[in-house]
Amino acid sequence: MFTNLPLLSLLIWLPVLGGLAVLINGDNRFTRPLSLLVSVITLLLSLGLYVGFDSATHQMQFVEQASWISTFNINYSLGIDGFSMPLIILTAFSTVIVVVAGWEVIQHKVSQYMAAFLIMAGLMIAVFAALDAILFYVFFEAMLIPLFLVIGIWGGPNRVYATIKFFLYTLFGSVFLLLALLYLHHVAGSFSILDFHDVTLSLQEQIYLFLAFLIAFAVKVPMWPVHTWLPDAHVEAPTGGSVILAAITLKIGGYGLLRFALPITPDASMALDWLVIGLSLTAVVYIGFVALAQSDLKKLIAYSSIAHMGFVTLGLFIVFRIFANSSTGSGAVLAVEGAMVQMISHGFIAAAMFLCVGVLYDRMHTREISAYGGVMNTMPIFGGFAVFFAMANAGLPGTSGFVGEFMVILAAFQANFWFAFLAATTLILGAAYTLWMIKRVMFGEVANDNVAQLTDLNRREFWMLASLAIIVLAMGLWPAPITEVMHASVEHLLTQVSQSKL
Amino acid sequence: MTFEVVNMSFALPEMFMLAMACTILLAVAFLGEKGASTAYGLSQLTLAITAILIYQSLGKAGLAFDGTYIKDAFSDVLKIAICIINIAVLLYSTSYLKARGLFKGEYYVLAIFSTLGMMIMVSAAHFLTIYLGLELMSLCMYAMVAMHRDSMVSTEAAMKYFILGAIASGMLLYGMSIIYGVTGSLEIAPIAQAIQSGGLDNTVLSFGLVFLVIGIGFKLGAVPFHMWLPDVYHGAPTAVTLFIATAPKIAAFAMAIRLLVDGLGDVHQHWQGMLIMLSVLSMILGNVVAIAQTNLKRMLAYSTISHVGFILLGILSGSQEGYAASMFYALVYALMSLGAFGMVILMSRQGFEADNIDDYKGLSSRNPWYALMMLILMFSMAGIPPLVGFYAKLTVIKSIVDINLISVAIVAVLMSVIGAFYYLRIIKVMYFDKPEQQQALQAPTDIKLMISANALTVFALGLFPGSLLALCASVFSL
Repeated sequence: MFTNLPLLSLLIWLPVLGGLAVLINGDNRFTRPLSLLVSVITLLLSLGLYVGFDSATHQMQFVEQASWISTFNINYSLGIDGFSMPLIILTAFSTVIVVVAGWEVIQHKVSQYMAAFLIMAGLMIAVFAALDAILFYVFFEAMLIPLFLVIGIWGGPNRVYATIKFFLYTLFGSVFLLLALLYLHHVAGSFSILDFHDVTLSLQEQIYLFLAFLIAFAVKVPMWPVHTWLPDAHVEAPTGGSVILAAITLKIGGYGLLRFALPITPDASMALDWLVIGLSLTAVVYIGFVALAQSDLKKLIAYSSIAHMGFVTLGLFIVFRIFANSSTGSGAVLAVEGAMVQMISHGFIAAAMFLCVGVLYDRMHTREISAYGGVMNTMPIFGGFAVFFAMANAGLPGTSGFVGEFMVILAAFQANFWFAFLAATTLILGAAYTLWMIKRVMFGEVANDNVAQLTDLNRREFWMLASLAIIVLAMGLWPAPITEVMHASVEHLLTQVSQSKL
Repeated sequence: MTFEVVNMSFALPEMFMLAMACTILLAVAFLGEKGASTAYGLSQLTLAITAILIYQSLGKAGLAFDGTYIKDAFSDVLKIAICIINIAVLLYSTSYLKARGLFKGEYYVLAIFSTLGMMIMVSAAHFLTIYLGLELMSLCMYAMVAMHRDSMVSTEAAMKYFILGAIASGMLLYGMSIIYGVTGSLEIAPIAQAIQSGGLDNTVLSFGLVFLVIGIGFKLGAVPFHMWLPDVYHGAPTAVTLFIATAPKIAAFAMAIRLLVDGLGDVHQHWQGMLIMLSVLSMILGNVVAIAQTNLKRMLAYSTISHVGFILLGILSGSQEGYAASMFYALVYALMSLGAFGMVILMSRQGFEADNIDDYKGLSSRNPWYALMMLILMFSMAGIPPLVGFYAKLTVIKSIVDINLISVAIVAVLMSVIGAFYYLRIIKVMYFDKPEQQQALQAPTDIKLMISANALTVFALGLFPGSLLALCASVFSL
């Protein structure tokens, strides 16, 4: 049923055109329902990908191909595999959440706000679906424009600084990606990403290309030490912006490493895996301590995001050590799948955490931890959700936060004991900064009059958080549906990285 | 005899334009003060008919006037582009001129003569033709800059422009005379043959080449020959800045191709190094200095310098693909620059020039649609996809990556990041700052429609750049 429809094109252009329709419609009573309608249809269509997906093959599915710029043989070429499909669904889901989250909160230029997120959703889905390098790059950059405006227009007091920093940081990273793609075209004679996977490159070429990829995607992930834009952007962004930043844009970094760095430059990835592993462990341990010291709720969660994304990059790059230590490679599968599960789970948990902060901020207009205390007394239902998501963030077994981290730590044991040891500190650090924050905000006596006057969740907020809670719990208890769809793609990736191109 | 007739027909559009320019001049002389509107109407008609004449003769190619004049696909495409852009320029400038008491027939006479000069430059197959076209174009522009004769800045700008332009022309002529001395010809094709057959004194040839490159650098505004550009752009009335900043760049690009590629293509290795210097310096200086500007016209002037650096990248690559990329860039640049200066005109009114960046504060609250148009133009100039400025940068950078000049490519991309900063600042001012004034736009409808069409073209070309890229590639693949 779904194979005849150009499903990916629909998923890309429906939200983009829907966003334009919202923009043209302007601010009136149809703005919000129309945005919700577009985002929900997008989500339903994206579920069509899951239904029609053949998880037995690593080949690209739902492939679409059309000539776009014939002079340079640049094609409008789309397709998905087990890596991109879950991320597309995550994008579609997050967009619905963002529209719902902005329902009452955004009163200023509503149509522009909704349109920006819808257009951004289309562009991000396109990033995950693009199989042509230039097409990928165009969408990769184009999505900066709406996010730049979202943070700059609806953000906090220091929003201009934050959004320009965000834009220039990511642009700085991505221009190196562009150079790498142009060089690969020079070698491969085509802009197809799959053709890039097959080119032979000398170690020196690979190292330069790898570094270009690393700069581009490390800024997005973000990896220590190029993470400094993230706390600023998160703190200043409106809740919706934070959700999209944490849930999707960071994932594009991890996805880029999977799609470009590992398969195109496997030998350089192996030669420089110490660098990525070192940076990842620094993120996990050092940023964990940094998070502990934060007094701003959003900043704390932003740093916790960086630490969690450290697991993603760690999982992707310990595979070379695992290959060196064992012949079976089952540990390597565990590592990459763990990284992917961590990405998706973090998408849900970080989104939920930012929404919780948003709920508080809408009522109190402050994000300082010290302004709160004893919120549980006045908002018991919200408190329940907040504690649940905090537990998930800390990696409580039974939640999705546990699955990915556990898989990566388990795999890390096969690489090197000390990697696993350092990675496992997150179980302590993560619990420390998250639960300490919860203690200070939620529990104890009611701290002041403002807290005493808080009202609990309304129906909209309740269902928004409840849907996330259900997914986090379901993924934690039964992660198999997600690991199954990506299994063939993971195995294929591992054969690609284990074959030297020299 | 028939041969002669065919020859003449190759220059028919230019002859038509010359006749019309003289007619307009006479009309202005006889009608006096009332002649301005007539001159405006006739000028638009002239440009439109000239473009149609060129369009109808597409596909024919050959030399005319004893090998001094060439008609080929390259010249046809660029001449049509020049005509279309100048139609838009005249459309933008009319209300600006009226509001400042500058609405006189002379502006249009000079504009048409200058356009004629550009067309001659584009079609030149002989050093003298190039020089004649260049001087016709430049002399008209000097006079246009000085049109606002009571304004100190305008007069100063015109003076600078004239003196530096004269030096540049002198350099160019000197270079031409040296090359004539070496090759024994002033015609471009025989010069190329003479160089190809070898046996020439390479030192003297390179010496002449240096002066040619200096002349081209002056006319394009490449560092270190850029000094006139910010002052002239800033000092000239915006309508004139708009004229100078768009079509003449296309003509200067054509001159560079005629001289360096058609004429001296075989000593590519000699001029490549010089162009790398000009290009890298232009990109660095243009982008870095633009950050410090508070005047939008000056900022756009420095941004022009950096764009010139990018245009040079394609030429220096020495490949057909690179030339096509440069041509694409020059056309796209003219289109974006047209929109940006058009926006300054749109925002301005009597007694208010709208040329300070602060004048754009809160534009998105006052005029969301025009703020969006400016956003498109600025992101396009910054080279952010999916706007056409990105493909311009992409193709020129691709052409130098393909010849393995990776270090130059790295400079280019880093400079485009630095460049993004000052374009973002305009967007920041428009979208994130509170408006300081609430005065409504006073621009007439034709300008409003034109600016929308202009920015939307930039957007549409960004989504579907294929046909224009293919057109540029086809011009050079003959």
